[in-house]
Amino acid sequence: MHTLMQCLWRLRMIGAVLLLAVLAASLAPPTSAAEPDEEIGQAVGTVDADTWRQVKSGENFIDSRHDSTYNLINPSGETWRQIRNEWVSPAGLIAIGGMLTVLVIFYLVVGRNDLDHERTGRKILRWTAFERSLHWTVATLFIALSLTGLNLLYGKFVFRHVFGDVFWANMIMGSKLIHNYAGPVFGILLIVILAKWLKVNLPKKHDWEWFKQGGGMVGDKHPDAGFANAGEKVWFWLLASVGMLVVVSGFVLDFPIFGQTRDNMQWANMFHGVTSLILMTVALGHIYIGTLGTEGALEGMATGYVDETWAKQHHNLWYEEVKDNAGQPQQSDPPVGDDTATAHRPN
Amino acid sequence: MAQMKFLCDAERCIECNGCVTACKNANETDWGIQRRRVVTLDDGKPSEVSISVACMHCDDAPCMAVCPTDCFYKTDDGIVLHDKDICIGCGYCLYACPFGAPQFPKEEAFGERGKMDKCTFCAGGPAETKEEEYEKYGANRIAEGKLPLCAEMCSTKALLAGDAQTISDIFRQRVVYRGHEDGGWSSVEKAQMSGPDVSANLDEMAYDATRATREG
Ligand code: HEM
Ligand code: SF4
Ligand code: SF4
Repeated sequence: MHTLMQCLWRLRMIGAVLLLAVLAASLAPPTSAAEPDEEIGQAVGTVDADTWRQVKSGENFIDSRHDSTYNLINPSGETWRQIRNEWVSPAGLIAIGGMLTVLVIFYLVVGRNDLDHERTGRKILRWTAFERSLHWTVATLFIALSLTGLNLLYGKFVFRHVFGDVFWANMIMGSKLIHNYAGPVFGILLIVILAKWLKVNLPKKHDWEWFKQGGGMVGDKHPDAGFANAGEKVWFWLLASVGMLVVVSGFVLDFPIFGQTRDNMQWANMFHGVTSLILMTVALGHIYIGTLGTEGALEGMATGYVDETWAKQHHNLWYEEVKDNAGQPQQSDPPVGDDTATAHRPN
Repeated sequence: MAQMKFLCDAERCIECNGCVTACKNANETDWGIQRRRVVTLDDGKPSEVSISVACMHCDDAPCMAVCPTDCFYKTDDGIVLHDKDICIGCGYCLYACPFGAPQFPKEEAFGERGKMDKCTFCAGGPAETKEEEYEKYGANRIAEGKLPLCAEMCSTKALLAGDAQTISDIFRQRVVYRGHEDGGWSSVEKAQMSGPDVSANLDEMAYDATRATREG
Protein backbone atom coordinates (compact mmCIF):
# COMPACT_ATOMS: atom_id res chain seq x y z
CA MET A 1 0.00 0.00 0.00
CA HIS A 2 2.71 2.36 1.03
CA THR A 3 4.79 1.75 -2.09
CA LEU A 4 1.78 2.27 -4.34
CA MET A 5 1.11 5.71 -2.83
CA GLN A 6 4.79 6.61 -3.35
CA CYS A 7 4.57 5.55 -6.96
CA LEU A 8 1.54 7.70 -7.63
CA TRP A 9 3.18 10.67 -5.95
CA ARG A 10 6.21 10.30 -8.12
CA LEU A 11 4.12 10.04 -11.24
CA ARG A 12 2.32 13.22 -10.32
CA MET A 13 5.62 15.01 -9.79
CA ILE A 14 6.91 13.90 -13.16
CA GLY A 15 3.69 15.04 -14.77
CA ALA A 16 3.90 18.48 -13.19
CA VAL A 17 7.49 18.93 -14.23
CA LEU A 18 6.71 17.91 -17.80
CA LEU A 19 3.80 20.31 -17.95
CA LEU A 20 5.95 23.16 -16.71
CA ALA A 21 8.56 22.36 -19.31
CA VAL A 22 6.04 22.43 -22.09
CA LEU A 23 4.61 25.71 -20.84
CA ALA A 24 8.01 27.27 -20.52
CA ALA A 25 8.95 26.18 -23.99
CA SER A 26 5.83 27.61 -25.53
CA LEU A 27 6.06 30.92 -23.67
CA ALA A 28 9.75 31.46 -24.25
CA PRO A 29 10.56 34.05 -26.90
CA PRO A 30 11.92 32.50 -30.10
CA THR A 31 15.63 32.35 -29.82
CA SER A 32 16.25 33.31 -33.44
CA ALA A 33 14.31 34.35 -36.55
CA ALA A 34 12.26 31.55 -38.06
CA GLU A 35 14.23 29.19 -40.17
CA PRO A 36 13.37 29.36 -43.88
CA ASP A 37 12.21 25.77 -43.78
CA GLU A 38 9.86 26.52 -40.95
CA GLU A 39 8.49 29.57 -42.69
CA ILE A 40 7.84 27.45 -45.76
CA GLY A 41 6.11 24.89 -43.63
CA GLN A 42 3.89 27.42 -41.92
CA ALA A 43 2.95 29.50 -44.92
CA VAL A 44 -0.56 29.60 -46.25
CA GLY A 45 -1.29 27.24 -49.12
CA THR A 46 0.36 28.36 -52.30
CA VAL A 47 -1.06 31.60 -53.65
CA ASP A 48 -0.63 30.85 -57.30
CA ALA A 49 -1.95 31.93 -60.65
CA ASP A 50 -5.14 29.96 -60.09
CA THR A 51 -5.84 31.98 -56.98
CA TRP A 52 -5.68 35.21 -58.97
CA ARG A 53 -7.77 33.70 -61.73
CA GLN A 54 -10.39 32.91 -59.12
CA VAL A 55 -10.23 36.47 -57.85
CA LYS A 56 -11.05 37.65 -61.35
CA SER A 57 -13.99 35.27 -61.70
CA GLY A 58 -15.64 36.81 -58.68
CA GLU A 59 -16.70 33.42 -57.34
CA ASN A 60 -16.33 31.88 -53.95
CA PHE A 61 -15.31 34.93 -52.02
CA ILE A 62 -16.46 36.93 -49.05
CA ASP A 63 -15.95 40.63 -48.61
CA SER A 64 -15.67 42.59 -45.40
CA ARG A 65 -17.61 45.48 -46.97
CA HIS A 66 -21.11 44.61 -45.90
CA ASP A 67 -23.09 45.41 -49.03
CA SER A 68 -20.37 44.86 -51.58
CA THR A 69 -21.12 42.85 -54.67
CA TYR A 70 -17.98 44.06 -56.34
CA ASN A 71 -15.54 41.29 -56.97
CA LEU A 72 -11.93 42.14 -56.50
CA ILE A 73 -10.90 42.44 -60.11
CA ASN A 74 -13.26 44.12 -62.53
CA PRO A 75 -11.93 43.02 -65.92
CA SER A 76 -14.75 44.61 -67.93
CA GLY A 77 -14.01 48.05 -66.49
CA GLU A 78 -11.02 48.58 -68.73
CA THR A 79 -12.94 47.27 -71.76
CA TRP A 80 -15.73 49.70 -71.04
CA ARG A 81 -13.25 52.53 -70.67
CA GLN A 82 -11.66 51.69 -74.01
CA ILE A 83 -14.99 51.44 -75.81
CA ARG A 84 -16.33 54.66 -74.33
CA ASN A 85 -13.20 56.77 -74.66
CA GLU A 86 -11.69 55.37 -77.84
CA TRP A 87 -14.80 54.56 -79.89
CA VAL A 88 -18.07 56.06 -78.69
CA SER A 89 -16.67 59.47 -77.87
CA PRO A 90 -14.79 60.12 -81.16
CA ALA A 91 -17.50 58.42 -83.25
CA GLY A 92 -20.08 60.77 -81.77
CA LEU A 93 -18.03 63.81 -82.73
CA ILE A 94 -17.57 62.48 -86.24
CA ALA A 95 -21.27 61.68 -86.62
CA ILE A 96 -22.56 65.01 -85.31
CA GLY A 97 -19.84 67.05 -87.02
CA GLY A 98 -20.36 65.12 -90.25
CA MET A 99 -24.10 65.71 -90.18
CA LEU A 100 -23.68 69.43 -89.58
CA THR A 101 -21.24 69.65 -92.49
CA VAL A 102 -23.56 67.75 -94.81
CA LEU A 103 -26.47 70.00 -93.87
CA VAL A 104 -24.50 73.18 -94.43
CA ILE A 105 -23.31 71.95 -97.82
CA PHE A 106 -26.81 70.78 -98.73
CA TYR A 107 -28.26 74.16 -97.82
CA LEU A 108 -25.62 76.01 -99.80
CA VAL A 109 -25.90 73.78 -102.87
CA VAL A 110 -29.58 72.82 -103.03
CA GLY A 111 -31.12 75.42 -100.80
CA ARG A 112 -34.58 75.64 -99.35
CA ASN A 113 -37.42 73.52 -100.70
CA ASP A 114 -39.74 76.35 -101.69
CA LEU A 115 -43.41 76.22 -102.54
CA ASP A 116 -43.90 75.71 -106.28
CA HIS A 117 -47.08 77.77 -106.42
CA GLU A 118 -48.50 80.86 -104.81
CA ARG A 119 -50.09 80.40 -101.44
CA THR A 120 -53.89 80.35 -101.68
CA GLY A 121 -54.29 81.83 -98.23
CA ARG A 122 -56.69 79.07 -97.29
CA LYS A 123 -55.47 77.23 -94.22
CA ILE A 124 -55.82 73.62 -93.19
CA LEU A 125 -55.55 72.47 -89.58
CA ARG A 126 -52.59 70.11 -89.29
CA TRP A 127 -51.61 69.99 -85.61
CA THR A 128 -53.96 70.52 -82.69
CA ALA A 129 -52.95 72.61 -79.71
CA PHE A 130 -52.40 69.47 -77.66
CA GLU A 131 -50.14 67.97 -80.31
CA ARG A 132 -48.16 71.15 -80.64
CA SER A 133 -47.57 71.51 -76.93
CA LEU A 134 -46.58 67.86 -76.79
CA HIS A 135 -44.16 68.30 -79.68
CA TRP A 136 -42.51 71.42 -78.29
CA THR A 137 -42.24 70.02 -74.78
CA VAL A 138 -40.57 66.85 -76.04
CA ALA A 139 -38.36 68.90 -78.35
CA THR A 140 -37.28 71.24 -75.54
CA LEU A 141 -36.50 68.30 -73.29
CA PHE A 142 -34.65 66.61 -76.12
CA ILE A 143 -32.46 69.65 -76.70
CA ALA A 144 -31.86 70.04 -72.96
CA LEU A 145 -30.93 66.36 -72.69
CA SER A 146 -28.69 66.59 -75.74
CA LEU A 147 -26.77 69.63 -74.54
CA THR A 148 -26.34 68.31 -71.00
CA GLY A 149 -25.52 64.82 -72.30
CA LEU A 150 -22.91 66.22 -74.67
CA ASN A 151 -21.49 68.18 -71.77
CA LEU A 152 -21.08 64.93 -69.82
CA LEU A 153 -19.25 63.37 -72.71
CA TYR A 154 -17.18 66.25 -74.09
CA GLY A 155 -17.53 69.23 -71.73
CA LYS A 156 -14.36 68.51 -69.80
CA PHE A 157 -12.22 69.08 -72.86
CA VAL A 158 -13.47 72.63 -73.23
CA PHE A 159 -15.22 74.41 -70.39
CA ARG A 160 -12.95 73.67 -67.48
CA HIS A 161 -10.02 75.19 -69.32
CA VAL A 162 -12.01 78.16 -70.54
CA PHE A 163 -14.03 79.11 -67.46
CA GLY A 164 -12.12 77.64 -64.52
CA ASP A 165 -12.95 75.19 -61.76
CA VAL A 166 -15.79 76.94 -59.94
CA PHE A 167 -17.79 77.67 -63.06
CA TRP A 168 -17.16 74.18 -64.37
CA ALA A 169 -18.21 72.56 -61.10
CA ASN A 170 -21.57 74.36 -61.21
CA MET A 171 -22.02 73.80 -64.91
CA ILE A 172 -21.42 70.07 -64.83
CA MET A 173 -23.45 69.59 -61.65
CA GLY A 174 -26.32 71.49 -63.25
CA SER A 175 -25.97 69.38 -66.37
CA LYS A 176 -26.22 66.20 -64.42
CA LEU A 177 -29.24 67.36 -62.44
CA ILE A 178 -31.09 68.57 -65.52
CA HIS A 179 -30.19 65.41 -67.38
CA ASN A 180 -31.24 63.07 -64.60
CA TYR A 181 -34.59 64.78 -63.98
CA ALA A 182 -35.51 65.73 -67.55
CA GLY A 183 -34.71 62.19 -68.72
CA PRO A 184 -37.66 60.36 -67.15
CA VAL A 185 -40.10 63.15 -68.14
CA PHE A 186 -38.83 62.93 -71.69
CA GLY A 187 -39.25 59.16 -71.59
CA ILE A 188 -42.88 59.32 -70.51
CA LEU A 189 -43.82 62.05 -72.99
CA LEU A 190 -42.03 60.22 -75.77
CA ILE A 191 -44.28 57.23 -75.18
CA VAL A 192 -47.36 59.47 -75.23
CA ILE A 193 -46.31 61.11 -78.50
CA LEU A 194 -45.47 57.77 -80.11
CA ALA A 195 -48.87 56.37 -79.16
CA LYS A 196 -50.61 59.49 -80.43
CA TRP A 197 -48.92 59.45 -83.81
CA LEU A 198 -48.70 55.72 -84.35
CA LYS A 199 -51.66 55.46 -86.73
CA VAL A 200 -50.44 57.99 -89.27
CA ASN A 201 -46.98 56.45 -89.29
CA LEU A 202 -47.84 52.89 -90.28
CA PRO A 203 -45.91 52.09 -93.47
CA LYS A 204 -47.80 52.10 -96.80
CA LYS A 205 -46.96 51.03 -100.33
CA HIS A 206 -46.57 54.59 -101.62
CA ASP A 207 -43.84 55.16 -99.02
CA TRP A 208 -41.52 52.91 -100.99
CA GLU A 209 -42.08 55.02 -104.08
CA TRP A 210 -41.33 58.13 -102.00
CA PHE A 211 -37.94 56.70 -101.07
CA LYS A 212 -37.13 55.81 -104.65
CA GLN A 213 -37.68 59.42 -105.62
CA GLY A 214 -35.54 60.61 -102.74
CA GLY A 215 -38.50 62.30 -101.13
CA GLY A 216 -38.42 64.98 -103.79
CA MET A 217 -35.76 66.80 -101.80
CA VAL A 218 -33.79 67.53 -104.94
CA GLY A 219 -35.61 68.55 -108.13
CA ASP A 220 -39.28 69.21 -108.76
CA LYS A 221 -40.78 65.77 -108.20
CA HIS A 222 -43.37 65.42 -105.47
CA PRO A 223 -43.92 61.77 -104.65
CA ASP A 224 -47.19 60.70 -103.03
CA ALA A 225 -47.47 61.20 -99.32
CA GLY A 226 -50.26 60.93 -96.78
CA PHE A 227 -50.44 62.90 -93.55
CA ALA A 228 -46.89 61.80 -92.80
CA ASN A 229 -44.41 61.24 -95.60
CA ALA A 230 -41.98 58.32 -95.61
CA GLY A 231 -39.16 60.45 -94.22
CA GLU A 232 -41.24 61.46 -91.23
CA LYS A 233 -42.18 57.84 -90.73
CA VAL A 234 -38.53 56.87 -90.56
CA TRP A 235 -37.97 59.51 -87.88
CA PHE A 236 -41.02 58.17 -86.03
CA TRP A 237 -39.81 54.56 -86.10
CA LEU A 238 -36.29 55.59 -85.16
CA LEU A 239 -37.70 57.29 -82.08
CA ALA A 240 -39.83 54.24 -81.38
CA SER A 241 -36.82 51.91 -81.52
CA VAL A 242 -33.55 53.73 -80.85
CA GLY A 243 -35.34 56.42 -78.86
CA MET A 244 -36.84 53.84 -76.55
CA LEU A 245 -33.41 52.24 -76.10
CA VAL A 246 -32.09 55.64 -75.02
CA VAL A 247 -34.89 55.91 -72.50
CA VAL A 248 -34.53 52.38 -71.14
CA SER A 249 -30.74 52.56 -70.83
CA GLY A 250 -31.13 56.02 -69.28
CA PHE A 251 -33.47 54.63 -66.65
CA VAL A 252 -30.95 51.92 -65.76
CA LEU A 253 -28.29 54.59 -65.22
CA ASP A 254 -30.59 57.05 -63.52
CA PHE A 255 -31.84 54.92 -60.64
CA PRO A 256 -29.04 52.76 -59.26
CA ILE A 257 -31.34 51.32 -56.61
CA PHE A 258 -32.73 48.24 -58.30
CA GLY A 259 -29.75 46.02 -57.81
CA GLN A 260 -28.11 46.82 -61.14
CA THR A 261 -24.59 45.47 -61.17
CA ARG A 262 -21.51 47.32 -62.26
CA ASP A 263 -21.55 45.30 -65.49
CA ASN A 264 -25.19 46.24 -66.18
CA MET A 265 -24.21 49.87 -65.81
CA GLN A 266 -21.33 49.54 -68.24
CA TRP A 267 -23.67 48.05 -70.82
CA ALA A 268 -26.34 50.64 -70.15
CA ASN A 269 -23.83 53.43 -70.58
CA MET A 270 -22.53 52.07 -73.89
CA PHE A 271 -26.06 51.62 -75.20
CA HIS A 272 -27.06 55.04 -73.96
CA GLY A 273 -24.05 56.73 -75.54
CA VAL A 274 -24.35 55.05 -78.92
CA THR A 275 -28.13 55.32 -79.24
CA SER A 276 -28.36 58.91 -78.00
CA LEU A 277 -25.62 59.98 -80.41
CA ILE A 278 -27.49 58.33 -83.30
CA LEU A 279 -30.64 60.14 -82.22
CA MET A 280 -28.92 63.50 -81.92
CA THR A 281 -27.34 63.11 -85.35
CA VAL A 282 -30.64 62.30 -87.04
CA ALA A 283 -32.44 64.97 -85.03
CA LEU A 284 -30.19 67.57 -86.65
CA GLY A 285 -31.59 66.45 -90.00
CA HIS A 286 -35.12 66.61 -88.65
CA ILE A 287 -34.56 70.11 -87.31
CA TYR A 288 -33.04 71.27 -90.58
CA ILE A 289 -35.93 69.94 -92.67
CA GLY A 290 -38.48 71.39 -90.29
CA THR A 291 -36.98 74.87 -90.25
CA LEU A 292 -34.48 76.08 -92.86
CA GLY A 293 -35.00 73.24 -95.28
CA THR A 294 -38.70 73.50 -96.13
CA GLU A 295 -40.78 76.60 -96.68
CA GLY A 296 -43.91 76.51 -94.56
CA ALA A 297 -43.18 73.50 -92.39
CA LEU A 298 -42.33 75.33 -89.17
CA GLU A 299 -45.48 77.38 -89.63
CA GLY A 300 -47.53 74.21 -89.27
CA MET A 301 -46.01 73.19 -85.97
CA ALA A 302 -46.05 76.80 -84.70
CA THR A 303 -49.61 77.82 -85.52
CA GLY A 304 -51.18 74.46 -86.19
CA TYR A 305 -52.29 75.49 -89.69
CA VAL A 306 -50.65 75.01 -93.07
CA ASP A 307 -51.39 76.68 -96.36
CA GLU A 308 -53.41 74.72 -98.91
CA THR A 309 -50.54 74.95 -101.39
CA TRP A 310 -48.08 73.49 -98.90
CA ALA A 311 -50.45 70.62 -98.10
CA LYS A 312 -50.95 69.82 -101.78
CA GLN A 313 -47.22 69.87 -102.51
CA HIS A 314 -45.95 67.84 -99.54
CA HIS A 315 -48.86 65.67 -98.47
CA ASN A 316 -51.09 65.28 -101.52
CA LEU A 317 -53.01 62.19 -100.34
CA TRP A 318 -53.87 63.89 -97.07
CA TYR A 319 -54.78 67.08 -98.88
CA GLU A 320 -57.30 65.22 -101.06
CA GLU A 321 -59.04 64.01 -97.90
CA VAL A 322 -59.21 67.29 -96.04
CA LYS A 323 -59.34 70.00 -98.73
CA ASP A 324 -63.04 70.59 -98.11
CA ASN A 325 -62.21 71.80 -94.62
CA ALA A 326 -59.79 74.45 -95.81
CA GLY A 327 -60.65 77.99 -94.78
CA GLN A 328 -59.60 80.77 -92.47
CA PRO A 329 -58.02 79.62 -89.26
CA GLN A 330 -60.49 79.70 -86.44
CA GLN A 331 -59.36 82.20 -83.87
CA SER A 332 -62.10 81.02 -81.59
CA ASP A 333 -61.39 79.70 -78.16
CA PRO A 334 -61.26 76.82 -77.42
CA PRO A 335 -59.30 75.74 -80.47
CA VAL A 336 -60.39 72.87 -82.63
CA GLY A 337 -60.65 69.70 -80.61
CA ASP A 338 -58.31 66.83 -81.05
CA ASP A 339 -60.92 64.55 -82.57
CA THR A 340 -61.91 66.93 -85.36
CA ALA A 341 -58.36 67.23 -86.57
CA THR A 342 -57.42 63.61 -86.37
CA ALA A 343 -60.59 62.37 -88.05
CA HIS A 344 -59.14 62.84 -91.53
CA ARG A 345 -55.62 61.57 -91.50
CA PRO A 346 -54.92 58.98 -94.14
CA ASN A 347 -51.31 58.02 -93.86
CA MET B 1 9.96 61.15 -57.03
CA ALA B 2 8.42 58.29 -55.22
CA GLN B 3 5.63 56.28 -56.73
CA MET B 4 3.38 55.41 -53.83
CA LYS B 5 1.74 51.98 -53.90
CA PHE B 6 0.07 49.47 -51.66
CA LEU B 7 1.08 45.85 -51.73
CA CYS B 8 -0.74 43.13 -49.85
CA ASP B 9 1.15 39.94 -49.18
CA ALA B 10 -1.71 37.45 -49.38
CA GLU B 11 0.35 34.73 -47.73
CA ARG B 12 0.58 36.82 -44.60
CA CYS B 13 -2.88 38.36 -44.43
CA ILE B 14 -4.86 36.81 -41.60
CA GLU B 15 -8.16 38.58 -42.30
CA CYS B 16 -8.07 40.49 -39.04
CA ASN B 17 -9.60 43.60 -40.65
CA GLY B 18 -7.28 45.80 -38.61
CA CYS B 19 -6.54 47.85 -41.72
CA VAL B 20 -10.26 48.39 -42.34
CA THR B 21 -10.75 49.65 -38.83
CA ALA B 22 -7.60 51.76 -38.83
CA CYS B 23 -8.71 53.45 -42.04
CA LYS B 24 -12.22 54.11 -40.82
CA ASN B 25 -10.78 55.60 -37.67
CA ALA B 26 -8.06 57.70 -39.26
CA ASN B 27 -10.34 59.19 -41.87
CA GLU B 28 -13.71 59.18 -40.10
CA THR B 29 -15.47 58.32 -43.31
CA ASP B 30 -19.21 58.76 -43.79
CA TRP B 31 -21.72 56.21 -42.64
CA GLY B 32 -21.61 53.19 -44.92
CA ILE B 33 -18.30 54.14 -46.50
CA GLN B 34 -15.47 51.69 -45.96
CA ARG B 35 -12.46 52.64 -48.02
CA ARG B 36 -10.56 49.45 -47.40
CA ARG B 37 -11.94 45.94 -47.46
CA VAL B 38 -10.63 42.44 -46.97
CA VAL B 39 -11.58 39.86 -49.55
CA THR B 40 -11.31 36.19 -48.63
CA LEU B 41 -11.30 33.35 -51.11
CA ASP B 42 -12.30 29.80 -50.21
CA ASP B 43 -13.38 30.89 -46.75
CA GLY B 44 -13.04 28.04 -44.22
CA LYS B 45 -11.20 25.69 -46.54
CA PRO B 46 -7.51 24.78 -46.23
CA SER B 47 -6.84 26.83 -49.34
CA GLU B 48 -8.34 29.95 -47.74
CA VAL B 49 -6.49 33.12 -48.62
CA SER B 50 -7.23 36.78 -47.87
CA ILE B 51 -6.15 40.06 -49.33
CA SER B 52 -6.76 43.63 -48.27
CA VAL B 53 -7.79 46.05 -51.02
CA ALA B 54 -8.49 49.72 -51.45
CA CYS B 55 -7.68 52.17 -54.23
CA MET B 56 -4.40 51.00 -55.74
CA HIS B 57 -3.45 54.43 -57.10
CA CYS B 58 -3.06 53.12 -60.64
CA ASP B 59 -0.38 54.53 -62.93
CA ASP B 60 -2.79 54.74 -65.86
CA ALA B 61 -5.90 55.18 -63.77
CA PRO B 62 -9.17 54.18 -65.48
CA CYS B 63 -11.18 56.38 -63.09
CA MET B 64 -9.29 59.47 -64.23
CA ALA B 65 -9.81 58.56 -67.85
CA VAL B 66 -13.59 58.23 -67.71
CA CYS B 67 -14.56 60.95 -65.22
CA PRO B 68 -16.88 63.40 -67.05
CA THR B 69 -15.83 66.22 -64.75
CA ASP B 70 -12.09 65.56 -64.93
CA CYS B 71 -11.90 66.01 -61.16
CA PHE B 72 -9.06 63.53 -60.57
CA TYR B 73 -5.42 64.44 -60.36
CA LYS B 74 -2.21 62.69 -59.52
CA THR B 75 0.20 64.03 -56.93
CA ASP B 76 3.94 64.08 -57.48
CA ASP B 77 4.05 60.93 -55.39
CA GLY B 78 1.77 59.10 -57.80
CA ILE B 79 -1.24 59.27 -55.47
CA VAL B 80 -4.61 59.51 -57.23
CA LEU B 81 -6.81 62.15 -55.57
CA HIS B 82 -10.06 63.81 -56.57
CA ASP B 83 -11.86 67.07 -55.95
CA LYS B 84 -15.22 66.59 -54.25
CA ASP B 85 -16.30 70.12 -55.17
CA ILE B 86 -16.32 69.08 -58.82
CA CYS B 87 -17.49 65.45 -58.57
CA ILE B 88 -21.12 64.94 -59.59
CA GLY B 89 -21.54 61.38 -58.34
CA CYS B 90 -22.17 59.88 -61.77
CA GLY B 91 -20.55 56.58 -60.85
CA TYR B 92 -18.37 56.27 -63.97
CA CYS B 93 -15.20 55.88 -61.91
CA LEU B 94 -16.75 52.88 -60.18
CA TYR B 95 -17.68 51.28 -63.51
CA ALA B 96 -14.09 51.62 -64.67
CA CYS B 97 -12.11 50.89 -61.50
CA PRO B 98 -10.53 47.41 -61.43
CA PHE B 99 -10.79 47.21 -57.64
CA GLY B 100 -14.25 48.55 -56.82
CA ALA B 101 -12.59 51.36 -54.86
CA PRO B 102 -14.96 54.31 -55.42
CA GLN B 103 -17.96 54.39 -53.07
CA PHE B 104 -20.94 56.70 -52.80
CA PRO B 105 -23.00 57.82 -49.84
CA LYS B 106 -26.59 57.14 -50.82
CA GLU B 107 -28.27 60.14 -49.34
CA GLU B 108 -30.26 61.85 -51.99
CA ALA B 109 -33.64 61.24 -53.64
CA PHE B 110 -34.15 58.28 -55.96
CA GLY B 111 -30.88 56.72 -54.84
CA GLU B 112 -28.93 59.56 -56.44
CA ARG B 113 -25.32 59.14 -55.52
CA GLY B 114 -23.50 61.62 -53.33
CA LYS B 115 -19.90 62.72 -53.85
CA MET B 116 -17.56 59.85 -54.56
CA ASP B 117 -15.26 58.74 -51.75
CA LYS B 118 -12.21 56.55 -51.97
CA CYS B 119 -8.87 55.88 -50.35
CA THR B 120 -6.54 58.89 -50.54
CA PHE B 121 -3.39 57.04 -49.44
CA CYS B 122 -3.93 59.17 -46.33
CA ALA B 123 -3.00 62.21 -48.41
CA GLY B 124 -6.17 64.26 -47.93
CA GLY B 125 -7.36 66.27 -50.87
CA PRO B 126 -7.90 69.78 -52.23
CA ALA B 127 -9.28 72.18 -49.61
CA GLU B 128 -8.75 75.68 -48.27
CA THR B 129 -8.11 74.74 -44.65
CA LYS B 130 -6.88 71.70 -42.77
CA GLU B 131 -10.27 71.33 -41.09
CA GLU B 132 -12.09 71.35 -44.40
CA GLU B 133 -9.63 68.85 -45.79
CA TYR B 134 -10.18 66.50 -42.88
CA GLU B 135 -13.94 66.91 -43.10
CA LYS B 136 -14.04 66.07 -46.81
CA TYR B 137 -11.22 63.63 -47.37
CA GLY B 138 -9.94 62.48 -44.00
CA ALA B 139 -6.40 62.45 -42.72
CA ASN B 140 -3.40 63.89 -44.51
CA ARG B 141 -0.67 61.80 -42.95
CA ILE B 142 1.56 62.13 -45.99
CA ALA B 143 1.88 65.87 -45.25
CA GLU B 144 3.12 64.88 -41.79
CA GLY B 145 5.66 62.50 -43.27
CA LYS B 146 3.72 59.41 -42.28
CA LEU B 147 2.50 56.47 -44.30
CA PRO B 148 -1.15 55.34 -44.53
CA LEU B 149 -2.44 54.14 -41.18
CA CYS B 150 -3.79 50.83 -42.52
CA ALA B 151 -0.34 49.61 -43.47
CA GLU B 152 1.26 51.07 -40.35
CA MET B 153 -1.20 49.13 -38.21
CA CYS B 154 -1.04 45.81 -40.05
CA SER B 155 -0.13 43.26 -37.42
CA THR B 156 1.48 40.75 -39.76
CA LYS B 157 2.93 43.40 -42.05
CA ALA B 158 1.03 41.79 -44.88
CA LEU B 159 -0.11 45.20 -46.07
CA LEU B 160 2.77 47.36 -47.20
CA ALA B 161 2.57 50.97 -48.25
CA GLY B 162 5.29 53.14 -49.65
CA ASP B 163 7.45 53.72 -52.66
CA ALA B 164 6.83 51.00 -55.23
CA GLN B 165 10.49 50.02 -55.45
CA THR B 166 10.97 49.80 -51.72
CA ILE B 167 7.91 47.71 -50.96
CA SER B 168 8.46 45.39 -53.89
CA ASP B 169 12.00 44.84 -52.67
CA ILE B 170 10.62 43.83 -49.30
CA PHE B 171 8.11 41.53 -50.95
CA ARG B 172 10.67 39.97 -53.24
CA GLN B 173 12.87 39.27 -50.28
CA ARG B 174 10.02 37.45 -48.57
CA VAL B 175 9.22 35.49 -51.68
CA VAL B 176 12.74 34.24 -52.00
CA TYR B 177 12.91 33.48 -48.32
CA ARG B 178 9.82 31.36 -48.62
CA GLY B 179 11.33 29.53 -51.53
CA HIS B 180 9.12 30.33 -54.45
CA GLU B 181 11.07 29.48 -57.54
CA ASP B 182 10.26 32.57 -59.52
CA GLY B 183 8.21 35.17 -57.79
CA GLY B 184 5.22 35.35 -55.51
CA TRP B 185 2.64 35.23 -58.25
CA SER B 186 4.04 32.19 -60.04
CA SER B 187 2.12 28.95 -60.04
CA VAL B 188 5.09 26.78 -59.14
CA GLU B 189 5.10 24.73 -56.01
CA LYS B 190 7.33 26.02 -53.28
CA ALA B 191 10.85 25.02 -54.08
CA GLN B 192 12.52 22.50 -51.89
CA MET B 193 15.32 24.66 -50.64
CA SER B 194 17.05 24.22 -47.39
CA GLY B 195 17.91 26.99 -44.99
CA PRO B 196 21.56 27.71 -45.69
CA ASP B 197 21.00 27.80 -49.45
CA VAL B 198 18.34 30.41 -49.09
CA SER B 199 20.21 32.47 -46.53
CA ALA B 200 23.36 32.52 -48.59
CA ASN B 201 21.64 33.76 -51.71
CA LEU B 202 19.00 35.91 -50.10
CA ASP B 203 20.35 39.32 -50.85
CA GLU B 204 21.34 38.54 -54.36
CA MET B 205 18.02 36.92 -55.22
CA ALA B 206 15.80 39.40 -53.49
CA TYR B 207 16.69 42.56 -55.29
CA ASP B 208 15.91 43.47 -58.81
CA ALA B 209 18.34 44.65 -61.41
CA THR B 210 17.26 48.26 -61.17
CA ARG B 211 18.57 48.51 -57.66
CA ALA B 212 22.10 49.28 -58.67
CA THR B 213 21.06 52.10 -60.94
CA ARG B 214 18.65 53.49 -58.41
CA GLU B 215 21.17 53.70 -55.68
CA GLY B 216 24.24 54.37 -57.67
C1 HEM C 1 -32.87 61.91 -76.32
C2 HEM C 1 -32.52 62.24 -75.18
C3 HEM C 1 -31.20 61.94 -74.55
C4 HEM C 1 -29.95 62.24 -74.97
C5 HEM C 1 -29.60 62.93 -76.25
C6 HEM C 1 -29.02 61.76 -73.99
C7 HEM C 1 -27.64 61.86 -74.05
C8 HEM C 1 -26.75 61.45 -73.08
C9 HEM C 1 -25.32 61.49 -73.17
C10 HEM C 1 -24.53 61.94 -74.39
C11 HEM C 1 -24.81 61.05 -71.99
C12 HEM C 1 -23.34 60.94 -71.61
C13 HEM C 1 -22.83 59.56 -71.86
C14 HEM C 1 -21.38 59.41 -71.51
O1 HEM C 1 -20.79 60.34 -70.96
O2 HEM C 1 -20.83 58.34 -71.79
C15 HEM C 1 -25.90 60.70 -71.16
C16 HEM C 1 -25.80 60.20 -69.87
C17 HEM C 1 -26.87 59.86 -69.08
N1 HEM C 1 -28.21 59.90 -69.46
FE1 HEM C 1 -28.96 60.53 -71.18
N2 HEM C 1 -29.71 61.18 -72.98
C18 HEM C 1 -31.05 61.26 -73.30
C19 HEM C 1 -32.11 60.78 -72.59
C20 HEM C 1 -32.01 60.24 -71.33
C21 HEM C 1 -33.09 59.70 -70.60
C22 HEM C 1 -34.51 59.60 -71.16
C23 HEM C 1 -32.61 59.32 -69.39
C24 HEM C 1 -33.29 58.73 -68.21
C25 HEM C 1 -34.44 58.23 -68.20
C26 HEM C 1 -31.20 59.60 -69.38
C27 HEM C 1 -30.34 59.36 -68.33
C28 HEM C 1 -28.97 59.48 -68.38
C29 HEM C 1 -28.09 59.19 -67.31
C30 HEM C 1 -28.52 58.73 -65.93
C31 HEM C 1 -26.77 59.42 -67.74
C32 HEM C 1 -25.49 59.21 -66.93
C33 HEM C 1 -24.93 60.51 -66.49
C34 HEM C 1 -25.23 60.89 -65.07
O3 HEM C 1 -25.77 60.11 -64.29
O4 HEM C 1 -24.93 62.02 -64.73
N3 HEM C 1 -30.86 60.15 -70.58
N4 HEM C 1 -27.08 60.96 -71.85
S1 SF4 D 1 -10.03 54.42 -57.91
FE1 SF4 D 1 -9.65 52.48 -58.93
S2 SF4 D 1 -9.04 53.06 -61.02
FE2 SF4 D 1 -8.83 54.87 -59.75
S3 SF4 D 1 -6.69 54.85 -59.11
FE3 SF4 D 1 -7.88 53.86 -57.47
S4 SF4 D 1 -7.79 51.69 -57.99
FE4 SF4 D 1 -7.16 52.79 -59.84
S1 SF4 E 1 -18.51 59.93 -59.55
FE1 SF4 E 1 -17.34 61.83 -59.38
S2 SF4 E 1 -15.22 61.21 -59.46
FE2 SF4 E 1 -16.43 59.46 -60.19
S3 SF4 E 1 -16.43 59.71 -62.43
FE3 SF4 E 1 -18.28 60.71 -61.65
S4 SF4 E 1 -17.71 62.85 -61.35
FE4 SF4 E 1 -15.80 61.69 -61.56
